Amino acid sequence: MDNSELLQVKTKSSGQVVFVVAGLIVTLVLLSQIGNQTEWTDKARNIGSQPRLWPAIALITMLAGFAIHYRLMRRRKPNALDWVEARRWAEPLEYLLWFLVYVAAVPRLGFMPMSIVFACALTYRLGYRTRLAVGIAALFAIAMVVLFKGMLGVSIPGAQVYEFLPDSIRTFFLVYL
Amino acid sequence: MDLIFSAIDVLARWDVMLALLVGAVGGVAIGAIPGVGPAVAIAILLPATFSMDPIVGLTLLLGIYGSSMYGGSIPAILINTPGTAVNALTTYDGFPMTLRGEGRRALSLAYSASFLGGLFSVICLIFLSPVLAKIAPMFGSREIFLAALLGLVLVVVAHKGQMAIAAALAGFGILIGTVGLEPAAYTRRFTFGQSWLAGGLDLIVVVLGLFALSQAFLLLTMDDEKIRLPRSRGSLFQGFRELARHPRVAAISASFGVVMGMVPGVGEFTAQFMSYTSARKLSKNPKAFGHGSSEGLIASEAANNAVPAAAMIPLLALGIPGEALTAMMLSVFYVHNVVPGPGLFQNDMDFVVALYIALLVLNVIVVGFLLVSTGWLVHLARIPNRFLGMCILLLSFVGVYSIRNSTMDCIIAAVFGLLGFVLKRLNMPIVPIILGMVLGGIMEVKLRASLARVKTPLDFIDRPIAFLLFCVILIILGSTIWRVWREWRPVDRRSMQKKASNTFAKRISGRSHRHFENRKKQQRRRRFYDHVGS
Repeated sequence: MDNSELLQVKTKSSGQVVFVVAGLIVTLVLLSQIGNQTEWTDKARNIGSQPRLWPAIALITMLAGFAIHYRLMRRRKPNALDWVEARRWAEPLEYLLWFLVYVAAVPRLGFMPMSIVFACALTYRLGYRTRLAVGIAALFAIAMVVLFKGMLGVSIPGAQVYEFLPDSIRTFFLVYL
Repeated sequence: MDLIFSAIDVLARWDVMLALLVGAVGGVAIGAIPGVGPAVAIAILLPATFSMDPIVGLTLLLGIYGSSMYGGSIPAILINTPGTAVNALTTYDGFPMTLRGEGRRALSLAYSASFLGGLFSVICLIFLSPVLAKIAPMFGSREIFLAALLGLVLVVVAHKGQMAIAAALAGFGILIGTVGLEPAAYTRRFTFGQSWLAGGLDLIVVVLGLFALSQAFLLLTMDDEKIRLPRSRGSLFQGFRELARHPRVAAISASFGVVMGMVPGVGEFTAQFMSYTSARKLSKNPKAFGHGSSEGLIASEAANNAVPAAAMIPLLALGIPGEALTAMMLSVFYVHNVVPGPGLFQNDMDFVVALYIALLVLNVIVVGFLLVSTGWLVHLARIPNRFLGMCILLLSFVGVYSIRNSTMDCIIAAVFGLLGFVLKRLNMPIVPIILGMVLGGIMEVKLRASLARVKTPLDFIDRPIAFLLFCVILIILGSTIWRVWREWRPVDRRSMQKKASNTFAKRISGRSHRHFENRKKQQRRRRFYDHVGS
């Protein structure tokens, strides 16, 4: 094995044609919109100041890259395996939904409570259903909130629900949890 | 000497020391967990470092960057699973040693080679700093534009076998960097009338999506693996003695790491593959490479650990990140209004040397920590994939949401997470997108500034460094096109059945040919014998 072989990376073949054709279509659609979405101004002092220059360079590079890759592909027509792989790309949509629900819930119901609920529920959903696993997930959520919000002071606003808490503990909840 | 003392003064703070310690220990632990990696950790921690002093934040991130490869060698050697992507080559020789019951020897060799690589790199850079301080001011707008272009060309060329798709993804990176209101003529680009796109796409949101969320999605959709930890004998100190027997391999590999680290767009992979190949060529026993060769292990580990310090050179001296991790660090500089580039070397040299000394101390802390903690670090590889995915998903939220408390940022990050997931499944590169986004922005600004000062196109390269960079770009492009042209073979696009039948026909024809040849020979022989007999 020589150096060039060691450096070579193999692109997975199944699903490749779907991705490359989709990339080509998106590039062509964006390229068709370049006249509407960017401007060519007469006020520009030189070509480097033209607002359209860099989007055009980017889109031409994309078009050339995708087209050359497509031209060099061993198989240009999608077969059953390609569609199986493309269907697998939809698998994380469930977790994406979990993530977006968590994003929507935190500003309303609180970072700490929602993190604990989310961590435990997702752990349960993933099939780790022992008390130990769910407990570790809850501990992880607590540690994460304490570290990031309590100690590092990252900016995550207090929840709307904390407004209903008594004055004595409200500030603590808003700042640390 | 005064410079070193003032650099030590910059570092002599409890928060910097704490950041260094947390970065070192955290980096090793992150490296030891296959499936996390420094890119995910740095992306998640990035927004948290914005509230820290630049030196504290950068020390923390550098700590993770510099120490993760040490940790990544543990699962690479013991369970044949690289902890970080750059430890892939470590498995070639590390795991066969473990199978022979020499796991601790392999770990010890990896630690000592990494330590030497890291140390060598930092020492080189400390001595190179005065030279860099003299060269850096010679870089004006056009030189920085050409250096950024060189970085982009190199990141594409470095993806051998995937150059076209790497170019397309780099183009995509440049495109998403241009979205929003542009600062020269104040016009909108590709916003489609959406107000949330007017501010552009935040680099950290894209990075978190492409690296952290995509990794979470990948782990969540994976199956868990059963990991069996092998028993191994030996001392963790023996590698240091053994390393002394291979000074040439160690020195050459560390030098490859330093040189390749300094070149933007190249990075650890090329450094370690080149050092591994050269070590095999120079070795008295090249056949042992890939079967548990100590020289092979030294070559890959010394090279990849020499890169982080060297990768800081284009970032600090020119403001050009050479890879995804330094691109993320660039945002820490910008948030604190510290502009990396020639000015930093001229005005804040103590800050630059402080970072190098921090890297030096980091290597010592990491080796000390590894010598006492390897036993339990090994068990981190046992964390189930999907549980790890859940943790990264939660941490990604902290990273994205804490930037601007924007739900839209989270949605954008999720979309990029999905794109990253697809790219990872197809084994396509993600780094060109990030470098396209960062370097595209730099190139746009620098081209605009430099074209205002030139009258003819040739004026662009009338300065020595600009001319040199231009020639290097031409040589790289020319040699790549020449190599691709020479290696090009028409692609065999026949269907599998047709190909199989053709191959079968060939085999049969070969056999029949051989069969008839043999028959003829036999007949000739018989005739000959007949003739002799008569």
